[in-house]
Amino acid sequence: MSKQIIVPFGPQHPVLPEPIHLDLVLEDETVVEAIPSIGYIHRGLEKLVEKREFPEYVYVAERICGICSFIHGSTYVQAIENVMGIEVPERALYLRIIWSEYSRMHSHLLWMGLFADSLGFENLFMQSWRLREHILDDLEATTGGRVIQGACKVGGVRRDIESRKLDEMVTGLEDLEHEIREMNNVFFHDSSVLHRTKGVGIVPEKDAYEFGAVGPTGRGSGIAQDARMLGYAAYDRINFKPIVETGGDCYARCVVRGKELLTSIDIIKQAVDKIPDGPIEVKVTGSPDGECWARAEQPRGEVIHYVKGNGTRHLLRHRVRTPTFANLPFLVKALKGCELADVPVIVLSIDPCIGCMER
Amino acid sequence: MKFEEQPIIPTETPDLIPAVYALRKEGYRLAAISMTKLGEQFQVDYSFDRVFSFRTLRLIIPRGSVLPSISGMYWAAFPYENEMHDLFGISVAGIAVDYEGTFIRTAIRSPFSVDADKPEEDACLNK
Repeated sequence: MSKQIIVPFGPQHPVLPEPIHLDLVLEDETVVEAIPSIGYIHRGLEKLVEKREFPEYVYVAERICGICSFIHGSTYVQAIENVMGIEVPERALYLRIIWSEYSRMHSHLLWMGLFADSLGFENLFMQSWRLREHILDDLEATTGGRVIQGACKVGGVRRDIESRKLDEMVTGLEDLEHEIREMNNVFFHDSSVLHRTKGVGIVPEKDAYEFGAVGPTGRGSGIAQDARMLGYAAYDRINFKPIVETGGDCYARCVVRGKELLTSIDIIKQAVDKIPDGPIEVKVTGSPDGECWARAEQPRGEVIHYVKGNGTRHLLRHRVRTPTFANLPFLVKALKGCELADVPVIVLSIDPCIGCMER
Repeated sequence: MKFEEQPIIPTETPDLIPAVYALRKEGYRLAAISMTKLGEQFQVDYSFDRVFSFRTLRLIIPRGSVLPSISGMYWAAFPYENEMHDLFGISVAGIAVDYEGTFIRTAIRSPFSVDADKPEEDACLNK
C-alpha cells in the first residue's frame, strides 16, 4: 500500500460556487476516502419560523435557495394548504407547474454551464448560459423576479399570466428547443465531454438507492423516482415519464438533465394547453393546526418540507430536507476510488447546492 | 390538489432499531430524519419511502436522551444524525461517520433546542 496523504478540497475552489470542504484521503492519485464538512453558510432559516407568521414565512422559504427558490416557496405553501385543507384554484395550480418547470430549466442550464466549465469547455459554458437567459427573461416578465420570484402564496399565486403571454412563451420555447437539442448533441456526443465523464464516478443503482439518492443523481443510476409522479399541484393531469439512465456515471447524470430540459418544455406546453380560466387565489382564514410532509421535485431532486402548527400564526416547526443533503452520502460513495483530477467533475455532477443544504 | 397518505407510527426508543430493520427489509429508503422541540421534550421523526408510500416512525424523547444510530442499517443516516446532535443537542450513539459536533458549525451550541420566545433561553444570550 502506498503512503496515504490528505488533500483538502474547498471550501473555496474554482468549481464550487458555494463552500463545502472535503478531506480527500489519497494513495498516489487515487481517492480512497472523502470526508465532507459543511456548516460554512448555515443560516438557521428553519428557526425563523418561530418569529415570522406563517403567511409571510413563504418569503423566507423562497430564500433557502437562489436557484430553486420558486419550488421551495410552492412546496412550503403546499404543506400549509394541506394542513389547513385549502382548495387552491385550478388556474393557480397550473401556473405553479409552469413556473416550476421554468425554474427546473434555468437550474439545469445553469448546471450544464458549470459542468462544462469544470471540464474546461468554456464555449459550451457560455452557450448554456446564453440559453438560460431566455428562461430568466420569461420568469422576469411573468413574475417580476429573475431569481427570487415571490409569486407563490398560501391559497394560490400572486400573479396571473395573460393568454397572449402564455402563447408567446410556448412559441419562444419551441425556438429554444432546437437550440437545446444542438447543445445536448455536444454534451452527449463530443469526445472531450465523453472523455471526462464516461465511466467516471460510477454508483450502481443498488448503492444509489441504499444511499438515498434523489433527483437526476439517482435517476442517472437507474432509479425511476420523480416526486412529480405523486401528482401534486396539477401534475396528475400532465403526461410525462421520468428520464432514467443506467450508466451511474457523470455522463449519465448529465444526459438525464439534458433530456429533462426537453421534458420540461413538453410539460409547460401541456400546462398552457390545459390551464383553465378562473381565480388565482382563495381567501385564507385561520391558522394551521396539524402537520404534513410536503414533497416536490426540485431540479436537484425530491425536497421535503415538514410543517407543524398548533393553531397559532407561528408554526412550531418547519424542517426542510433538501436534495443535496440527501445526495451527500452518494457523493462520498462516488468519490471513492476516483482519480484526484476527476474530483471537481464528480462533485459538480450531483449539482450540489450548499445554500439549500445548510439552510 | 392530490395529497398522499402519511401514516405516523409511534415508537419507543428500545423498539427503534427493530422497527427500522423491518422497514429496510421491506425495501424502504430513508427519506428524512426530522426533530421538533416540544417544550422540554423532542419529537424525532424517521421518515421512509418506497415507491411513493411514505411512512414515519415517531419517538418522543426527553432532553438529554441518547438515541441509537440507525447508520448501521442506513449508512446515509449519518448526516441527519450529526445534524440532530449539532442543532438539537441530542446524542446519537454509534454514528457511522461521527463528526463529534463539528458537522454544522454554529456560533452557539444546539441552537434549535432553545425557545425563540423565551429571552432567557434566546440563542444569542446562550453563547
